[in-house]
Amino acid sequence: MSLKSKLHELKLKYQGKKMAPAFNAFHTFLFSPDETTHAGGTHVKSADDLKRTMNTVIMALMPVLIFSMFNAGYQHFSAINGFPADFSLMNDFLTWDNFWIGIIKVLPLVVVSYGVGLIVEFIFAVIKGHEVEEGYLVTGMLVPLIVPIDTPLWMLAVAVVFGVVIGKEVFGGTGMNILNPALTIRAFLFFAYPTWMSGDKVWVYGARERSEEILAGANVDAISGETILGYLAQNKGAEMTYSVSDMFFGFIPGSLGETSAFLILLGGLFLIFTKIASWRIMLSAVIGSLVMGLIFNQVVDFGWVGESSKFYGLMSFDFWKHLIVGGLAFGIVYMATDPVTGSQTNKGKWYYGFFIGFISVMIRVFNPAYPEGVFLAILLMNVFAPTIDHYVVRGNIKRRMNRLKNATIYPKDSDGKAEELKAETV
Amino acid sequence: MALLSKKDTNLITDPLADNNPITIQVLGICSALAITAELKASLVMAISVMFVLGAGNVVISLMRNIIPSKIRIIVQLIVVATLVIIVDQVLKAYAYELSKTLAVFVGLIITNCIIMGRFEAFALANGPWRSFLDGIGNSLGYGVILVIVGFFRELLGSGTLFGYPVLGDPIMKTGLYATGYENNGFMIIPPAALIVVGIIIWVQRSRNPALVEEN
Repeated sequence: MSLKSKLHELKLKYQGKKMAPAFNAFHTFLFSPDETTHAGGTHVKSADDLKRTMNTVIMALMPVLIFSMFNAGYQHFSAINGFPADFSLMNDFLTWDNFWIGIIKVLPLVVVSYGVGLIVEFIFAVIKGHEVEEGYLVTGMLVPLIVPIDTPLWMLAVAVVFGVVIGKEVFGGTGMNILNPALTIRAFLFFAYPTWMSGDKVWVYGARERSEEILAGANVDAISGETILGYLAQNKGAEMTYSVSDMFFGFIPGSLGETSAFLILLGGLFLIFTKIASWRIMLSAVIGSLVMGLIFNQVVDFGWVGESSKFYGLMSFDFWKHLIVGGLAFGIVYMATDPVTGSQTNKGKWYYGFFIGFISVMIRVFNPAYPEGVFLAILLMNVFAPTIDHYVVRGNIKRRMNRLKNATIYPKDSDGKAEELKAETV
Repeated sequence: MALLSKKDTNLITDPLADNNPITIQVLGICSALAITAELKASLVMAISVMFVLGAGNVVISLMRNIIPSKIRIIVQLIVVATLVIIVDQVLKAYAYELSKTLAVFVGLIITNCIIMGRFEAFALANGPWRSFLDGIGNSLGYGVILVIVGFFRELLGSGTLFGYPVLGDPIMKTGLYATGYENNGFMIIPPAALIVVGIIIWVQRSRNPALVEEN
């Protein structure tokens, strides 16, 4: 007897028992379920289910994850030895040494994120007696990619429990949440443990220990791991050694998955091509951030903000470069397009995306404590998404009502019943 | 004979659980968010509200037959304002540091919905003794939630209780901090109180499903 049929049998045997949801989850994870929609009554037939949707997003995230593992090592060794003079991808970046740092620093974050999150999901599924939903599959992969590399594992675990319970389960589980759970986790970490989430010592593995050694008097020659936005926020843009291609391909410090705009772009195209994510949200968010960046550039060009201003560094930053540094690209492609928390209507998606880009860049420039605002902007627009949809639907009803009001009904009926009906409706 | 009849006992015990002013009636939330970052402030707030509500209920109850109903809100406000000023002055005289922590929120007891709510709903229709018990009961229910929220916020946010470091010293890295534990800065900011109150409401309603509203 094959494993598959054995599992099917066990499933039937334990149907309705308390632990059934937990067991069924493993079953669904390994094999496709044997249930089919019953004949008759089903008109929409598609191979896309929640599991496949989630898997597609995971596939789009895989290159980003692998890149982040190499980059973890690359940033670590560059901080100690200095950046290589003539950079070669094979000799300096895709090396086992770099990958090994990724394995010991990045993989534990992924394991903790999935482990803790799935335990919480299983507990809730068993208590509430419903099936374990696939919602955490993507969240669990997103979370390690949006935190700094030195995040302590217990902090991540606490944040994941908070994010899954308060961000998702209290609203009724997958598909019912108003806030993106991964960003709820990020926001919790940011407000709870700000010293581990911002500053110049958290983005490169070992930077914190080295700075402590230097404070203690050790003669260590090391580059601090400041992010590009961090440099700009301190008006130190001139000290920065990263080229535009570094920024685009991602050989820069930052949260794990956010650095490589190139791979995120590929992932985004993949998601658009497979019709998993909305191109409207992505495009409008890009436009929104460009518009805000352009406004700031103009303000600087008009001379309203001088070099002495503390906002000068970020305001004078070329508007299009905002897209390739920091978490903006990652947020737009993987977070803003969350189908549960985003706008549902096509017109609403344009507004929703535009304001995400617009507000992200605005917070980035004006946030005194932390020169990044993508997660805050997306959470804010998550809250407003239902309102946007409400007004889009209302506007549509109003337009169609007007059309009906001005319509002439043909053929003119003699008893005027159609006109009466129209008057009632309008 | 018992000190309190069964009906009178209920006046005290009901607001503690199944008719709690914060978690069931959802009144007085603002002060619960604002001053619960420290246990000490929560406790002083709870005691202040107990004094104002207990005394206020008695005063309103005694005057209930002579207050013209058209101006009763104004009369109630004057009574509350008088009592609040007394509390404020006492705090300033005997606990100056604490009164600075509580700052404007002592004055804002006037606007605490629980107080006007009890005057309107109870003291205007009942005798002074029962009104007094009702005031004490409701302020106890309010205080219990404040103290629970304050306990968790101070313990997780600052690692102290009543200002006493129970988890060790975060700077010298002693006690729990030696293991790498850190204070949770999120618990210091007011939104954390909203979430703690929300969790209390959640626990309470899942223990007693009769409290869950239909919608």
